[in-house]
Amino acid sequence: MHRPVGSSLPRVDGVAKVTGRARYLDDLDAPGAWHGATVRSNVAHGRLVGFDRDPSVDWSQVVIATAADIPGKNAIALIEDDQPALVPVGGITMHHDEALALIAAPTRALAFAAMRAMKPKIEPLPAIFTVEDSLATKQLLYGADNVFKQFLIRKGHASDAEFEAAIARATHVIDERYYTSPQEQMYIEPQAMMAEWADDGRCYIVGSMQCPYYVHKAMKVLLGCDGDGVVITQSVTGGGFGGKEEYPSMLAAHVAVLAKRAGRAVKMTYDRDEDLAATTKRHPAWTHHRLAVDAAGEIVAIDVDCVMDGGAYLTLSPVVLSRGVLHAAGPYRCPVVRVRGRVVATNHPPHGAFRGFGAPQTTFPYERQIQKLARLRGEDPLELRKRLALRSGDTTATGQLLGFSVGTDEVLGAIEARLGPKPVSTDRKKRGRGFAFYFHGAGFTGSGEQRLAGKCTLAALPDGRFEVRSSSTDIGQGALTIFTQIAAQGLGVDPERICVIEPKTSLVPDSGPTVASRTCMVVGGLVEKCALELRDHLAANDGVLEVTKQYEPPPGISFDDATYTGSAYPVYGWAACLVDVAVDVDTFEVAIERCVHAVDVGKAINPMIVKGQIEGGTLQALGWALLENVIYKDGKVANATMTNCIVPTFADCPELETITVEVPYPFGPSGAKGVGEIPMDGPAAAVANAVEDALGVACDSLPISPESLQRSLS
Amino acid sequence: MKLELTVNGEARDADVNPWKRLLDVLRDDLRLTGTKEGCGEGECGACTVLLDGEVANSCMVAAGQCHGRTVTTVEGLATGDVLNAVQRALLRCGGAQCGICTPGIAVCASHVVEHKLLESDDPRARVRELLAGNICRCTGYQLIVDAVIEAARELS
Repeated sequence: MHRPVGSSLPRVDGVAKVTGRARYLDDLDAPGAWHGATVRSNVAHGRLVGFDRDPSVDWSQVVIATAADIPGKNAIALIEDDQPALVPVGGITMHHDEALALIAAPTRALAFAAMRAMKPKIEPLPAIFTVEDSLATKQLLYGADNVFKQFLIRKGHASDAEFEAAIARATHVIDERYYTSPQEQMYIEPQAMMAEWADDGRCYIVGSMQCPYYVHKAMKVLLGCDGDGVVITQSVTGGGFGGKEEYPSMLAAHVAVLAKRAGRAVKMTYDRDEDLAATTKRHPAWTHHRLAVDAAGEIVAIDVDCVMDGGAYLTLSPVVLSRGVLHAAGPYRCPVVRVRGRVVATNHPPHGAFRGFGAPQTTFPYERQIQKLARLRGEDPLELRKRLALRSGDTTATGQLLGFSVGTDEVLGAIEARLGPKPVSTDRKKRGRGFAFYFHGAGFTGSGEQRLAGKCTLAALPDGRFEVRSSSTDIGQGALTIFTQIAAQGLGVDPERICVIEPKTSLVPDSGPTVASRTCMVVGGLVEKCALELRDHLAANDGVLEVTKQYEPPPGISFDDATYTGSAYPVYGWAACLVDVAVDVDTFEVAIERCVHAVDVGKAINPMIVKGQIEGGTLQALGWALLENVIYKDGKVANATMTNCIVPTFADCPELETITVEVPYPFGPSGAKGVGEIPMDGPAAAVANAVEDALGVACDSLPISPESLQRSLS
Repeated sequence: MKLELTVNGEARDADVNPWKRLLDVLRDDLRLTGTKEGCGEGECGACTVLLDGEVANSCMVAAGQCHGRTVTTVEGLATGDVLNAVQRALLRCGGAQCGICTPGIAVCASHVVEHKLLESDDPRARVRELLAGNICRCTGYQLIVDAVIEAARELS
């Protein structure tokens, strides 16, 4: 193939997937492996006193592991070490369905039967389930004030008094409150992991995951070993969407401890209900937004105060909140901005990473506010966005001067070109149209990529093929295929000569986690650099057959973590969305009749894969808007089955019109930047704006269910 | 019980509890791991097989119900290394991403196109109706619908 980059090469792992030959964790042959099960907390907060074991089970047939069996530190090391792998007897369980003990048995049925027969004895403690109770410290769950993390961004003012003075000078202030609901990732392959201790004393762990080196880091602490003592391998992974970013370290801990106790390989595959009850979800968020404009309709000040429910442990909440606050002012010009964000502890299961990572929670409020501004002024909502949008030469809320790769006019223009006739209401169907415009920083925040210093290796093999070694995982998003294309292009060889090896920590360098819309842009960029350099070595015939590259930031990128000012991201993706809805006046059911989504990705390495990324993210956002939800009752997930924790089916989904826009990023591979997360950010607001256009009622809380519309209208 | 059934054209047997799920018989006893478990309650369709030529969720069928019957799994769609029209179209159109739902979708869609069930004024809407029992979380369905339409066109 002459130019692999830019072609819709079929997935390199595609044949294995369409024939059923791809081996996910639960498909792997594991002769003699036992099966693991997890005994979980049945209260949201309490002291674990011990366990009652039902004598109907032959306990000699199973192996039990508790916190006392953990060789190293009883903690899932991530940002902090506050979350235990297993609550010790005498310790405090902080949320419903927290892991207390583990069981391994020769069959999965026996392991689960024993698990059900091992009843924890817990003395309940008062629990808190609302952010208000958390902020009021009705129970102290974390630190001195229950606040896991807070941020304050100030632009164009030095004090709250100065800020309020700017608000007071405005002609209009749109002062509103918004709620976005928790959301389940609903990867179709449940969490799964297997461990075995080999004769060499090392623990080998394989499983469904996004970030092998996150698991590696956590296992070094938990097992009390050095980096050589544990080897982590990603198996073919059936979806992640953030849900397999941090939680797999928990499963890895459990199978490693069980395998040590059992003296054999132990495999653990969650049931769907267990996965839904125990693993992380998108943080629910409450946002107070004030949008202040002058008589000419220019934005003069933006004030955002966002509070997220972090759940029982810190996990990744600080970085989710960080991304949330950094996107909270939106892609609009504004001289005076104040953004406050707090994420607090409750006795819910920990909330965590999910595609968009805090940005969808803050995008929904600002795009509702822009809609309200358009209504207030009687201005066309698309024209208003064009008038106020950030462009090259403008500065963001953190004072970042935008230069290259700002796709504002391209994405808004693409939507404008596809407007089509405005939907018309009938007696039975009220129709409306909504827009949204948003941006999403690609890669880690601030100086994160420099600190991470991700690496990638490309080697020429004796048989004429080339091997890409990176810890970036293919979780369905196409990493294997685009790395193949980028390497082939750089080397000037056919893609069939490229192989991307499995992410196994003993074989690949740490390229950083597979998150943050960074795999193509950052790690793909390293693949490109390796390929170009290796090609030169081969041409010079200088004997160099292997090149490793480490991430270097583009020039002029700096961010001050103390003041939250500067270049929050090296570059942003830009997107605009149009949604037409029809609301049934009897049932209040909302049908999406059109969804047009234009996304600026810099350069589509593989246009078909990019389209699939955009459309998948779009539907997750439409589902979040209308029908997905996680319902907690006394801290327990009340809808922990796929029957009532629903996601859109083929029949719920409209035809999606996708426009891939390419405004190149000079420092990305062939101009590529991020694509994974941005399609999740805005469509929910476009839906809410369309429903408001149809019915004339504000939709400021998610999901926009028939019940919520009925309440609004009555 | 001694379960006898025909799987992908071959006579197979297994000594199983009659209450064992067909899904587990296929995966554990016959080592046909292409059929996946996503939910275990008949919602996601990852375990879709054809049972006597009809689409079924194999997590909802007991072994005892399958004696003497014919099962087609994803492993039975291709002829040797030659993919069937739906598999080829899924590959060409980008209808598989993480791939965990793909076996179920390939089985259901193959049934749909081979029986020409899409003939209607709006074949795309028919695809959406007929595949509504198969959940995919990656694609937004658009490229899968494209693939099924292409496969149907190829076979017509």
